[in-house]
Amino acid sequence: MLRFLLTRIGLVIPTFLGIILLTFVLIRLVPGDPVEVRVGERGISPERHAQLLHDMGLDRPLYVQFFDYVGGVLQGDLGTSVVTQRPVMDEFLTLFPATLELAVFAMLFAVLIGLPAGVLAAVKRGSIYDHAVMGTSLTGYSMPIFWWGLLLILLFSVTLDWTPVAKRLSDDYFVDEVTGFMLIDTLLSDEPGSFLNALHHLVLPTIVLGTVPLAVIARMTRSAMLEVLGEDYIRTARAKGLSSLRVVAIHALRNALVPVVTVIGLQVGTLMGGAILTESVFSWPGIGKWLVESIARRDYPALQGGVLVIAALVMTINLVVDLLYGLLNPRIRHRR
Amino acid sequence: MTDITIPSAAEPVSRPISPSREVWLSLKANKGAMAGLTVIVLLILAAVFADLVAPFSYSAVFKECVTKACPPIWQEGSDSRFILGADSVGRDLLSRLIYGARYSLFIGTIVVTISLAAGILFGLLSGFFRGVVDILVMRAMDIILSVPSLLLALAIVAILGSGLLNAMIAVAITYIPHYARLARAAVLTELPKDYVTASRVAGAGTLRLMLSTVLPNCLAPLIVQATLSFSTAILDAAALGFLGYGAQAPTPEWGTMLADARTLIRSMPWVVTFPGLAILITVLAFNLLGDGLRDALDPKLKR
Repeated sequence: MLRFLLTRIGLVIPTFLGIILLTFVLIRLVPGDPVEVRVGERGISPERHAQLLHDMGLDRPLYVQFFDYVGGVLQGDLGTSVVTQRPVMDEFLTLFPATLELAVFAMLFAVLIGLPAGVLAAVKRGSIYDHAVMGTSLTGYSMPIFWWGLLLILLFSVTLDWTPVAKRLSDDYFVDEVTGFMLIDTLLSDEPGSFLNALHHLVLPTIVLGTVPLAVIARMTRSAMLEVLGEDYIRTARAKGLSSLRVVAIHALRNALVPVVTVIGLQVGTLMGGAILTESVFSWPGIGKWLVESIARRDYPALQGGVLVIAALVMTINLVVDLLYGLLNPRIRHRR
Repeated sequence: MTDITIPSAAEPVSRPISPSREVWLSLKANKGAMAGLTVIVLLILAAVFADLVAPFSYSAVFKECVTKACPPIWQEGSDSRFILGADSVGRDLLSRLIYGARYSLFIGTIVVTISLAAGILFGLLSGFFRGVVDILVMRAMDIILSVPSLLLALAIVAILGSGLLNAMIAVAITYIPHYARLARAAVLTELPKDYVTASRVAGAGTLRLMLSTVLPNCLAPLIVQATLSFSTAILDAAALGFLGYGAQAPTPEWGTMLADARTLIRSMPWVVTFPGLAILITVLAFNLLGDGLRDALDPKLKR
């Protein structure tokens, strides 16, 4: 087990260093003067230009700059935003709860619907229900989610007037930011009705962001269940006279869950990509919207830091999933 | 005495079905795949003959639809010339959608070609040379994979600058690892086989071994992946267009059309509905075909 753990972690470290290198190179590929790119100031005197170049350490050899950057990153220093002049890490941490809250809800939505739908489709293989689930999930998988968001706004907000169009909370409420998670903050505040209002704002973005993971989970659950249901031990369980429900829910699902959990873990990257679009459509003040705006404002340090942290996050989660998988499945653990 | 019939040499012996015909037969039996293929053929025809099929030019402006909105023909106040209505600038929506098919198919083709070629190259290098080359290439692929593809594509476009060409390059880069990994895995299973050894013993050089001995036997998973990523390429490029970093404004690219239409969701909902529907149908068609191809080419994966 220790050997397995160490090899997996050993594989991640060079990749992480590679990502740091990638973001380091990325910002240097931006055409134009490095001082303008980093500071956003234009038309400054040559003396000031040289001074800034020196202050930022850009006049030193590249490899020194790189090690300096790695050192900074390892201490949580991602540079300073050109636009707000605040540390990129602070900006990220301020906005991250909004994205995390949305992502958690989207994932819950996807798992709570996708898992049972996939199980039922496998159990009733070949039925109308199976075809409906597979058809719907392929459609969900093919969905341009930015359009899906607009369509839901058109139906539920514009036509039916059921849900709000944008943001996390109506302007009528004033809620202090304590945790950054709107549902918790509204509960802590003494504004009556603000919790429900925040929940209301979550509905459409949750559906939009959860659609693709939902489709993937339903498809994966179905195929994993079909595989397991054909095994001998399932026949044995049925022959013993166990109820169908017990065979499916306890004997089969448990083993089918292993690949499904992996897929759920891999959806985190999809969620981060989807958050860019979902947050843009719903003006959701999270990381995704921030990244798009950073690009529009040519705030390259913010983009650089954002890409780095998200990649690190995705990698960490993939590593955890990988380790869990090894923990659950001895065949993986002992394979060289 | 029992009669023993001996098949005479003249009797026709059923010839084995050729592999490509087998794939086609299996594909033909798959309703979803055939539906997808039909849509794709129609799209290709629409794209090729857009000048003949489209009622108007994609840039033709009709002033009467600027002052007063022209909805689709089944709604009140419509103009019978514009079946799906006109956009806010007074251009026929149906014509723009038909011309838009050109862009989507073009995007898919270019992205898949670039990423497939680069992926095969990296996969072959990795699989054939192993050692340091393998480690370097595969770690580089891991790095690309750890950044969500849309985010990486956005970051690349932020550096290269907005535009259709750069968007296609950016999206293509994010797909390379998938092909590289598939190609490498296929190469590794093919290399120890006897026919490769035979070819090697017969004196084939590395390049010949790579391209004409091993590669053709590695194509099946790559073809499936190519079809499936054709659809994601269309989706991702449209997403970039929607965010404002793909094809630029007057271009009738579907994602870009949606970006322009966002603010009109209340007043002109049809401008939002149809381009997205076009994207969905196209992507769905390619996914259906891709699923069917996977089943046809790889019976092991059939469920």
